[in-house]
Amino acid sequence: MRSIATLLVSATLLLTGVTAVFAQADDITIAVALEPPALDPTAGAAEAIDIVTYQNIFEGLTRIDRDGSVQPGLASDWTISDDGLSYVFSLREDVVFHDGSTFDADDVAFTFERILADDSTNAQKSLYEVIEAVEVEDPQTVRFTLAQPSGRFLFDIGRGDAVIVASESAENNATLPIGTGPYAFVQWDRGSRVILERFDSYWGDRPPLARATIQFIGDTATLINALLAGEVDGTNNMAAEALEVFANNPEFQVLVGTTEGEVVLATNNRIEPFSDLKVRQAMAHAIDRDALIEGVTYGYSAPIGSHFAPHHPFYVDLTQTYPYDLERARTLLAEAGYEDGFSATLKLPPVGYARQSGQILASQFAEIGITLELINVEWAQWLEDVLTNHDYDLSIVAHVEPFDIGIYADPDYYFGYDNADFRELIETLNTTTDDAERRTLAEEAQRILAEDAVNGYLFELAQTGVWRAGLEGMWQDSPIEGLVLRDLRWSE
Amino acid sequence: MPGIAIRRIAGFVATLLVAALVVFVLLDLLPGDPARFILGINASAEAVASLRTQMGFDAPAWQRFGDWLWGMLQGDFGISYTQGAPVAELIAERIWVTLPLAGVAMVISVAVGLPLGIAAARRRGRPADTALMVLAQIGIAIPNFWFGLLLALVFAVMLGWLPTGGFIPWQEDPVSAARSLVLPGLALALPQAAILARVMRTALVEVSGQDFIRTAEAKGMTRGEALWRHGVRNALLPVITILGLQFAFLISGVIIVENVFYLPGLGRLVLAAILERDLVLVRGITMVLIVAVTATMLLTDLLYTLVDPRVRTGGRP
Amino acid sequence: MKAWQHPSFVVGAALSLIFAIVAMLSLVWTPYPITEIDIGRRFLGPSEAHWLGTDHLGRDMVSLIMRGTLTSFFVAAIAVLIGAGIGVPLGLVAAGFRGRAEWAVLRVSDFIFAFPALIVAILITTLFGPGAVNAIIAIGIFNIPVFARVTRGGALAIRPMAFVSAARLAGLDNWQIALRHLLPNIAGLVIVQATIQLSLGILAEAGLSYVGLGTQPPDTSLGLMLRDAQALFILHPFLSLVPGIAIVILVIALNLAGDGMRDLLDPRLRSQDTRNGVA
Repeated sequence: MRSIATLLVSATLLLTGVTAVFAQADDITIAVALEPPALDPTAGAAEAIDIVTYQNIFEGLTRIDRDGSVQPGLASDWTISDDGLSYVFSLREDVVFHDGSTFDADDVAFTFERILADDSTNAQKSLYEVIEAVEVEDPQTVRFTLAQPSGRFLFDIGRGDAVIVASESAENNATLPIGTGPYAFVQWDRGSRVILERFDSYWGDRPPLARATIQFIGDTATLINALLAGEVDGTNNMAAEALEVFANNPEFQVLVGTTEGEVVLATNNRIEPFSDLKVRQAMAHAIDRDALIEGVTYGYSAPIGSHFAPHHPFYVDLTQTYPYDLERARTLLAEAGYEDGFSATLKLPPVGYARQSGQILASQFAEIGITLELINVEWAQWLEDVLTNHDYDLSIVAHVEPFDIGIYADPDYYFGYDNADFRELIETLNTTTDDAERRTLAEEAQRILAEDAVNGYLFELAQTGVWRAGLEGMWQDSPIEGLVLRDLRWSE
Repeated sequence: MPGIAIRRIAGFVATLLVAALVVFVLLDLLPGDPARFILGINASAEAVASLRTQMGFDAPAWQRFGDWLWGMLQGDFGISYTQGAPVAELIAERIWVTLPLAGVAMVISVAVGLPLGIAAARRRGRPADTALMVLAQIGIAIPNFWFGLLLALVFAVMLGWLPTGGFIPWQEDPVSAARSLVLPGLALALPQAAILARVMRTALVEVSGQDFIRTAEAKGMTRGEALWRHGVRNALLPVITILGLQFAFLISGVIIVENVFYLPGLGRLVLAAILERDLVLVRGITMVLIVAVTATMLLTDLLYTLVDPRVRTGGRP
Repeated sequence: MKAWQHPSFVVGAALSLIFAIVAMLSLVWTPYPITEIDIGRRFLGPSEAHWLGTDHLGRDMVSLIMRGTLTSFFVAAIAVLIGAGIGVPLGLVAAGFRGRAEWAVLRVSDFIFAFPALIVAILITTLFGPGAVNAIIAIGIFNIPVFARVTRGGALAIRPMAFVSAARLAGLDNWQIALRHLLPNIAGLVIVQATIQLSLGILAEAGLSYVGLGTQPPDTSLGLMLRDAQALFILHPFLSLVPGIAIVILVIALNLAGDGMRDLLDPRLRSQDTRNGVA
């Protein structure tokens, strides 16, 4: 008997030994929920494109670091004129694309001409319309001239939408992406995975891992199984309800961080009864954020009181502007002429946080007599009904662009928020480059939105990564859409 | 005989044509703008309009229908909006997951269902028969996606015998590709095997009362031998019918099970394509699936007429 | 044979009846309202206050199961009514008139069969949005050819019988024969098939809800409960096992009742096993 036991123990040791050998391998398999429709980040809005390509395959002139700061990218250095209208970038010299062609100022000019062209399909084209001219001064120098100063220009050119592409290969980037990044594209098994390989002629530091597989698994239960069975090494975002599976498991590490996603109860300010400030205030008072956050995100998210990310240096805590107070809410509703409450529809896109928040909010609003009819829609329909046609009462969605408070300055946006003072404020903010001034303006903007209760401000989406123990270099926070592989490595 | 065959084939072609029309009209009615979907929440109306023109939405509907039909006859299914690749190519990649999966499920269900059905019939009325039929009832009643998840939990997570999901392309590693299809194949096969076992048992019990079996028994064969020699062959007719029908149901089951096991098959492709309003792709896949199902039914029909000359008019009983 | 002498029929019918009563009861009473969300009391185990515990939103599982059963039953039942309402007349026409009418009916039913039911459901969902109604339509469409075939098959088997020929000699036309003689004689067959389609409908609803195309919250169904509990399987397996086992028992009960009824109505029909699933 004893010998059998010994045999079993040694077999187990052998097996764990084998696992350890694998763990020190220089490759990784990462699961992400959504498969990108194509692999060109400059011609599509899907976050999934950036997850695979941003800073892995493609790079921009600047790059956004893990703390959200702007770092030099393909531009090693830049100077800004005093009026803030002219940016001169010095480009790195020893940069080659994955197909072997060299990178120079012409590629930069080509990239931005392509973004700004009439038939451009760049999803963020409007961000770059501030650019008046891009001039090649010499192969290593580019001058950008802006129509007006922009406090966010350096950040915007570091986004996935403005990564540098080559004129020879740009056409095929959707299926055969050619960039300058540390990882080169190997293959895409549609419906299954994308494989990337370390690019040996990369200009920067050589990344530790030689090979990365990004596996697309949409179903949470399946993803949990794949992690437990050791088939994938981690995921950037695990559904909050399943984190407990891994939190107490020594084989895994759970990394909870921030994202740029403000989850809001989008409110159609154009129509009755939401055009009435009192109604919106009443709704704000009726939201029990703590219960909502516990219910939807199992406490992993931070509450917000305005449209602003809590980890941003300019953030002001406005969550107590209209604290949870059902009495006050009922009084306000009565003052607005809705003693008996009212009914409204709540259109929910197909994401877990929205569907669950919807259910919980419906039960919270029922307390003050507001009956919500939940309507689940797919993204395509949400974009058409809510975003394009403004055919909705309420909706729940995360706005994931960094520093996107400016969307409230557009009265034609789907919120239908029309406030001339706020527009002016944002215009000033956009053209201000001084940091202290920008802070004051941004704080003021947050306050106006909170007090006007334009939308119901719920919580900031958390980044909830689950990774195999021993993996290092993951980004805990997600200041920009992407899954940066550059620093990943297995510890000893 | 040839008359029937020709009529069946004509019916097959007619079915396909009507199906193509229905698919086209339905998809043209779908709300949601594919261009808006691709460009997302912050894109300008201008960019969306520009993409719409590029995708050729401006031609009249009848012309697009004609182009589509004509293209398909030549093997050209158009270009996917979202993936920018030819639909025929995308389907060709995926069909090598879906068809083998359906095949594996069919094989498992036959290999498990028929022997169990025969075994139950031979022990008719005894505890083994009752036990098998109880199992069959349970097999029919378990939702296959749920069963799939339980299978993955036991055989992949706890025991580690098979992968929880995913798929390595055949050309890269045929062994692990095949291994990936085992659990989903089992999940799909369970209800079908249960049904087959029941059909087989019932059919055998039916023939066992008939004269030729009694004669065989009178001639000194044991009951089992008699059933095997004479009964099974006769019982195969209803089994063939059921098998043909099951293929249609497998195709629906495949869509769900591919999601549970994240297999890159046609089912997941079509689900994603519909959600992303990739109409060209949806049309193409739907047609391929309809052709597969209709062709299988045509084959079973023809097979049936061959095997059983009593069938003259009409379809299956 | 008397009904109570057929044990599996008795068991199946009794269980189905219990499920049906519990489901109907949820229309007027559940222990707790199913929309009552209370995060503070979520994931409670079984207790006196909550016999089956509470789910991820703190809702009472007994109440959810009651209501979920109702929805599952309702979806499947209406789908059966749609299928029988259109399929039976089609089958009768095919059997009563033969010839071109029959050919047309068979082609239509082939055609419906050719559309994978799930794709029909997905298309309907994208047209009208997800919801129980669309599940009903999709499953209902799928039921049409099933009933058409069963009706036609049953009617064809009766046609050569003496009383039908007698009716024809008495001068009744095809319509009258179909209605007065064929329909009453195949009613049992149709009812048996309806029981089977009911159980299939419940499974199909579960499948559709699982991919997010079926019942939508705040309402619930057994399938939707399974979907909600999917990601929690490892942490709270109970939440998945309760609706899962409920589905299994309900479907078995309906099948036993259907099989038993078939034996009781007409032992010759035993070989007509056309059970199959949408999902």
